[in-house]
Amino acid sequence: MSSARRGGATFPQAAHVELRNTQLRRNLGHATRTIRAKRAAVVDELDNWQQLREAGAAIKRDVMANLDTYLVEFERAATDAGATVHWAPDADAANDLVAGIVAGHGEHEVVKVKSLTTDEIGLNDALAARGVDALETDFAELILQLDGDWSSHILVPAIHRNRSEIRDLLRRTIGPADLSDDPAALAEAARIHLRERFLRARIGISGANFAIAETGTLVVLESEGNGRMCTTLPEVLISVVGIEKLLPRFEHLAVFMQLLPRSSTGERMNPYTSLWTGVTPGDGPGEMHVVLLDNGRSDVLRDPDGREALHCIRCSACLNVCPVYERTGGHAYGSIYPGPIGAILTPQLEGIGAAASLPYASSLCGACYEVCPVKIDIPRVLVHLRGLTPKRGAERRAMRTLAWLFADAGRYRRAQRLARVLPARVAGAGPMRAWTAGRDLPAVAPQSFREWWHERRP
Amino acid sequence: MSDARDVLLGRVRAALTDRPQPAAAVLLPTPPAPADPVALFAERAGEYRAAVHRVGLTGVAALAAEICAAHGARRLAVPQDLPQAWRPHGVETTADATVSALDRVDGVLTGCAAAIAETGTIVLDGGPGQGIRALTLVPDLHICVVPAELVCASVSEAFQRVEPSVRRRRAPLTLISGPSATSDIELSRVEGVHGPRRLEIVIAGQLS
Ligand code: SF4
Repeated sequence: MSSARRGGATFPQAAHVELRNTQLRRNLGHATRTIRAKRAAVVDELDNWQQLREAGAAIKRDVMANLDTYLVEFERAATDAGATVHWAPDADAANDLVAGIVAGHGEHEVVKVKSLTTDEIGLNDALAARGVDALETDFAELILQLDGDWSSHILVPAIHRNRSEIRDLLRRTIGPADLSDDPAALAEAARIHLRERFLRARIGISGANFAIAETGTLVVLESEGNGRMCTTLPEVLISVVGIEKLLPRFEHLAVFMQLLPRSSTGERMNPYTSLWTGVTPGDGPGEMHVVLLDNGRSDVLRDPDGREALHCIRCSACLNVCPVYERTGGHAYGSIYPGPIGAILTPQLEGIGAAASLPYASSLCGACYEVCPVKIDIPRVLVHLRGLTPKRGAERRAMRTLAWLFADAGRYRRAQRLARVLPARVAGAGPMRAWTAGRDLPAVAPQSFREWWHERRP
Repeated sequence: MSDARDVLLGRVRAALTDRPQPAAAVLLPTPPAPADPVALFAERAGEYRAAVHRVGLTGVAALAAEICAAHGARRLAVPQDLPQAWRPHGVETTADATVSALDRVDGVLTGCAAAIAETGTIVLDGGPGQGIRALTLVPDLHICVVPAELVCASVSEAFQRVEPSVRRRRAPLTLISGPSATSDIELSRVEGVHGPRRLEIVIAGQLS
């Protein structure tokens, strides 16, 4: 699916196309700058942020080390609570399960909460092929669905669209013909369009941000209230959950509820979080299904040097700080998971051969590691994956990527800073071994002449 | 189906042949302890554009009536067990929590299970004075009474407080921080998409 999304193009080829889109770069620059500043402010406010990151990382390490145990524990707890737990080794199995449940109720329409996992498995297309209309209810997802477009950012999927583009689209599709481009008016158009569908929907579909093994609880974080609508009002709720989303105990959730909103939207807390534990008689759906999805995750788990990628809680902080992402946008990565996390997750989920250029879509500057709320050492995993790529072509592409990245002053400055951290991190490791084995790396000055000059200039 | 289960679990077990040892014990960080959690809660809830009021223990009903008047709300949905002392005079109330009924009222008045000072969040667990989830979702105005003693300093403290209801009766939880919002258009924040567009928080307790 990944290279299909890039139309068979490698990352550098797709990136060159996206780089010509100045509107995209303006929108992205604005978005990533804004979210970066908000995140920094609310993270700085917490004295125990580093402790929280440590705890988050430790919990996730424990989850992965004992994943089989926690999966079985979750199954038992959720089943005891009245949910039906299904197991899906791959995307097709998951889609068949969901489609089967929908067909069993004779329904042709479902309402959906934004879910990367269901995007990953192509659930909407699979349902459409069986005559079921899956309505995306997150505003940005609705915009993309109406336009046949796809997400470019984990958190704000339609970030590559500006308000006049959205106004034109809504005028053409759901909105009144005289709709203005005021964001409040645009949101109101979506509210009116979706409200009646929420109230009549019989089946809701969601993902989950977390699944708690000991209690069988699922957790969804959101902002708009569409998640609450989809998980509360329908009679049947189907949740597709990646097996890496587990947390061992209920108390662990408090750690992630501090890490995720601050890292993601830069808020102390997102407007709405829903937790449900099976069926609650008289309150919410009377029939509850959980589809536990593998789809390549156990392959990632197999690699001791790569399995860290499964710790990701999809906050998107690493996208917002990435100098490569900021320039190319999400589409160039050709995957549901763009940016630094996509560069380490996609090649592992889909097989390194399917996305061999992605581990090179980075300058290894380390900014992603600094912000990651669960301390995934993305640069280390990138270097590891580079060691696994089919060599010659990948190396050639890497050089071309570096050439355009560093072809202007800003890129060059960053390259110099990078050069200082590079030897420590990667010399002698992975694919760089061939480069460094027979060469002595010259020591890099702690400060470049440019920086020295910049500091001393009156 | 049990085949798929075996396949999936088999793959996971095969992937873990090295049985990686996780860090011995997970140390959960100590939460902050603000000097005045109630004041902090009021401030932070306000920053998320909820309207925040503070009132003495006996003033809830009168204040709720004022809020209704300010919003032109004549009919309120309420949970069946809402304390009598909180019911506003001169406002019609109904305990009908069917979706079609909720779609026709002007607002809803509930209590809560806990509140979180450091994030300005209210927590509902379907316990006393809260009703089912649809109640606080479908109407456009949510007036939430927060007894001051339910305000917790931190996220962890609030989770500890509601954990028993999840364990004992598998209570669904809803965490609410301000009115519903979207930032999907050029990141400009718009309040009120699908959930209540207005959130009025009434903190009830001894006024100093
Ligand atoms: S890798 Fe870390 S920073 Fe990036 S999305 Fe995942 S959790 Fe967030």
